[in-house]
Amino acid sequence: MKVTFPHMGYMYVSLKGMLEYLGIDVVVPPPCSKRTLNLGVKHSPEFACLPLKLNIGNFIEARELGADTIMMAGGCGPCRFGYYAYVENEILKDLKIDYNLVVMEPPEKHIGELLGRIRKITGNRPWLQVIKALRFGFLKAKAVDEIENLSYQIRPRELVKGTTDRALEKSIDLVNEAATPTALTRALAQAKEVMAAVPADRGRPALKVALIGEIYTLLEPYSNVNIERHLGYLGVEVERAMMLSQWINDHLFMGVVRNLPSSDRFKKVASPYLNHFVGGHGEETVGSAVWYAQQGFAGAIQVLPFTCMPEIVAQSILPKVSENTGMPIMTLIMDEHSGEAGLITRLEAFIDLLQRKHEQKEALTS
Amino acid sequence: MPIRVGIPRALLYYYYFPLWQDFLQRLGAEVVVSDLTTKGILTRGVEHCVDEACLPIKLAFGHVKNLVDKKVDAIFLPRMVSVAQGEYICPKFLGFPDMVKQNVPGLPTVIDTAINVRKKQQDIHRFTREVGVHFNKGAVKSWLAYQRSLPIHIRYTKLLEQGHLPDEAVAVLAGKKPKALAETDLKVAVIGHPYNIYDPFISMNLISRLRKSGVKVITADNLTEQMVSQGVKRLPKKLFWTLSRRMTGGALTLHDTNAVDGIIHVAAFACGPDSMTGELIERFIRRDRKVPFMNINLDEHTGEAGVVTRLEAFLDMVRWRRQAV
Ligand code: SF4
Ligand code: SF4
Repeated sequence: MKVTFPHMGYMYVSLKGMLEYLGIDVVVPPPCSKRTLNLGVKHSPEFACLPLKLNIGNFIEARELGADTIMMAGGCGPCRFGYYAYVENEILKDLKIDYNLVVMEPPEKHIGELLGRIRKITGNRPWLQVIKALRFGFLKAKAVDEIENLSYQIRPRELVKGTTDRALEKSIDLVNEAATPTALTRALAQAKEVMAAVPADRGRPALKVALIGEIYTLLEPYSNVNIERHLGYLGVEVERAMMLSQWINDHLFMGVVRNLPSSDRFKKVASPYLNHFVGGHGEETVGSAVWYAQQGFAGAIQVLPFTCMPEIVAQSILPKVSENTGMPIMTLIMDEHSGEAGLITRLEAFIDLLQRKHEQKEALTS
Repeated sequence: MPIRVGIPRALLYYYYFPLWQDFLQRLGAEVVVSDLTTKGILTRGVEHCVDEACLPIKLAFGHVKNLVDKKVDAIFLPRMVSVAQGEYICPKFLGFPDMVKQNVPGLPTVIDTAINVRKKQQDIHRFTREVGVHFNKGAVKSWLAYQRSLPIHIRYTKLLEQGHLPDEAVAVLAGKKPKALAETDLKVAVIGHPYNIYDPFISMNLISRLRKSGVKVITADNLTEQMVSQGVKRLPKKLFWTLSRRMTGGALTLHDTNAVDGIIHVAAFACGPDSMTGELIERFIRRDRKVPFMNINLDEHTGEAGVVTRLEAFLDMVRWRRQAV
């Protein structure tokens, strides 16, 4: 058995760590690329959301490397994600690509269903071992988050453009290669040193911008045309509303890990703008905009895939949030045609606006 | 003076209008329906709604605007969370009242009480009570009013199952004689969201066009729940969208039992569920190569001429195939 999974940013570090801890063969799909996207677009429905298209590309490319089993998350609506795995499976079937499909989702009847599905991957390995592996994968996710958060602070202040990106890659590799919890502790410490060594003007003030919106386009840099990097190059400090460990806890672990920064803080402030959950993270998106405005952020950028249902609900409500809070919010819709040049132009214009607003405020208060 | 309550001729109007109208009237309201869809109504909707929304949501904005212009006292926009156990409709139905409130200027009172029987059927008590408050009616009175309206809903659903279209069923309920249909030689299924296939403007008169060309039209709403669940049986997992489940189950049953000569799937621009279930329906049907299949995508700019040409070609093909066997 060779297990693969769809890409979503650095999620592979966590999943690979978890599976290999159990001695399971893993095929990490090649990083999302133009080829991945083209394969996905060619075989997916036109109005499918972008993550589905990239998933299809990942699975085709992982098959080329010998994968035979897909492990992915599911759900029970109302957003499309809950039916992703099954539609993808039908598409692959017609391409004569037969995979074993294992979907981790809330059981329809009782918890035994879920345990049974986990067993399909873990075989007869003792549950204690499985739990240890889950924990290990989760520690990796947290390590990745820590490193990414560091990069948000360093990149806008780096002295030589691109040094943070290289340090980030190296740090993630260190964490990725650690095979045991002890090795992981060491790797994380080392990774932090690598990040600390990036020459930067650490005291320089920077505008703070929140990235909010749909989880996949937030986490997968290929799908958001490297928005974090470009904001960093423009001297902006980014905060991402959703981090990997949080998503894994919510969607793969069914929320068993307590005391993580939870999206409840967003949900609480979504009303009166949006008074009901709408699937996906639509409610959180509206709430996060309110929350970041309260925290004094200069602006927020919502990213979403074209046709994403929960985020379209949020998108139509955000202008009111912006009007009432005074925090500018920009929406960026990602599809197969999104290009780097167009993105940079729009980001520059938006940051320019934030800068001017900021200077006006400074002038008024000094 | 009675409170004038507007119901937009959009979204779930096609399933629940007789029930809602009767219920609101029993509470003492005067019910006003928005006008038939026109280019103008759609344009107003497009103006007030985000570009990326699906066509039916944009259109629904237009109908809400039409009611605002009619100066109604309240607009009835229940938040349609779930109308069947374990199911939803679509994320946009969950957020629709808020989308409207944050974007349409000059709104009167919006009655946006949730209908949510996803977990338990009894939740409908809360719905009737909360709606009743708007008309100064107590919980018991409101509940009774709703109970008394239910038979109309049951009759309406039966009429749909018998093959009447929503506007015909409404007419029959109002005491009109059903129109006799012309002779037909073909049976074709039209599979799509009710607000797409039954709105003559949005569907470019698809159904009446088919009828005029001698086709008996069958929609998923003409099927019993039993037939629908037969159709979705082969899916590996429960479909959690009520309307899409009906469409998918309907299409597959009609296909599996050879009940129709052709299947036309009608999808709306940027509809999330359609992109998934449309894909499943098409793949399942094409694998068997048994029943001819055609897909129509509706958007603001769909040219009527193009659709008509494709439709004629499709019918020719269906007729030709029928003669061949
Ligand atoms: S959240 Fe949006 S992008 Fe993700 S599956 Fe749902 S509709 Fe698609
Ligand atoms: S089901 Fe499709 S057409 Fe209907 S509201 Fe949802 S996205 Fe729009």
